[in-house]
Amino acid sequence: MERKIRVLVAKPGLDGHDRGAKVIARALRDAGMEVVYTGLQQTPQMIVDAALQEDVDVIGLSILSGAHMTLLPKVMQLLNAAGAADVLVVAGGIISDADAEILRREHGIAAVYGPGASTNAIVEFIRANVKPERFSGAEV
Amino acid sequence: MPTLSPSAFQARKCERGVGLVDQMQAGDRRALSRLVSIVENGGEDSRRALAKLYQYTGRAQIIGVTGPPGAGKSTLVNELALEFRRRDTTVGILAVDPTSPYSGGAILGDRIRMQPLGHDPSIFVRSMASRGQLGGIARATGDVVKVLDAAGFNKIIVETIGAGQAEVEIAREAHTTVVVEVPGLGDDVQAIKAGILEIADVFVVNKADREDAQKTQRHLQAMMQLGGAPREDWPVPIVMTVATKAQGIEAVVDAIESHLSHLQTTGHFVERERQRVEREFRSILQGLALDLVQERVGPEQRAAVVARIQARQVDPYTAAERMLADALGVAELK
Repeated sequence: MERKIRVLVAKPGLDGHDRGAKVIARALRDAGMEVVYTGLQQTPQMIVDAALQEDVDVIGLSILSGAHMTLLPKVMQLLNAAGAADVLVVAGGIISDADAEILRREHGIAAVYGPGASTNAIVEFIRANVKPERFSGAEV
Repeated sequence: MPTLSPSAFQARKCERGVGLVDQMQAGDRRALSRLVSIVENGGEDSRRALAKLYQYTGRAQIIGVTGPPGAGKSTLVNELALEFRRRDTTVGILAVDPTSPYSGGAILGDRIRMQPLGHDPSIFVRSMASRGQLGGIARATGDVVKVLDAAGFNKIIVETIGAGQAEVEIAREAHTTVVVEVPGLGDDVQAIKAGILEIADVFVVNKADREDAQKTQRHLQAMMQLGGAPREDWPVPIVMTVATKAQGIEAVVDAIESHLSHLQTTGHFVERERQRVEREFRSILQGLALDLVQERVGPEQRAAVVARIQARQVDPYTAAERMLADALGVAELK
């Protein structure tokens, strides 16, 4: 059976604007993915707990509050500590090019999208970069 | 049961020689999570995993929570889990949401209402898409329940997709089915129709602070009084709740516990389990028979038979009997 790509869409931090996150969740659903949507005001720990329980291939983080340089590295740190570095993490929101570069290079965020990014590009990026076979051959 | 220590969150890498089932039994949450994925996806890995963990199953009480979309199922499940934890009971939650019939994708949003369950290592929440299965749960839901059961959770709550009138599959998987109703959905004739209202072991009227709540309660009561003796000698309780304010939750948990004791003391528990196991075994046999036929009868030959059926040269019953007989290498089935 074809394995579905599972994605967690989460909003870390305190801003209450989740329209972008919902647009992305909907686009990923329409691309045939299973999207776990956790809602607003997630701490990095809540996001990582949910990602581990849901065994997602991808985490999409939407953040508009400006706290991305604090919260996103924290998510990556917790994820790595949990042995889940194989999860693909992408971010979207109001993030400057300079910050995006640091998030990608130093913290392992795979891609950063700003306003106006096309949902198609995001879908294609996930399809191309997710490792859907990362569990195959696991000893049960 | 194996304790699910907070350190289990520090998942270990899959060690060679130690399988995921062993790691899960040792309390590793990541192993549990992976096993759920493997079983959800089916196939050979799933069969091997289930063969290995089946011996550890049969210990949890399986609780189904169903009802129409927006009735407050997720909020109620969240509150039930918190109340079970106050009673020192561990809880696995499986929340099913519908798969899009067009894209095959899904939005799984039940976790939104379950945030307060947070970081408690004795609670595990997993979302599941229905993946085209009708009936309110996914095809693999019963098998994923086995994984959670083997992981040692005392209670496993399965939240169905928002159910209409005929999504009654959950009653076949659960020991105790909680049907959540809300005021204002229909008249008293709705309440005596067949289907979802018949499968309740516990009725919950949620949003009971709304004005029509008493009327809904009376309709449900009247419905039950119209029938004869209660099924399995269990008079179905009706519990009024306001899940968003955590009102009435203790009474729901009490009712769930009473139902379990009732099933156990009357012997209905064993009988329900026997029926469930038999049904499951039969459906596995059916699947294997189909696999066997597809393995031994080539696709061209099968296509040729389909064409003959379509041309009305043979009926599908006779054709199926012949093909199965061929696959088994016997002259005739009967």
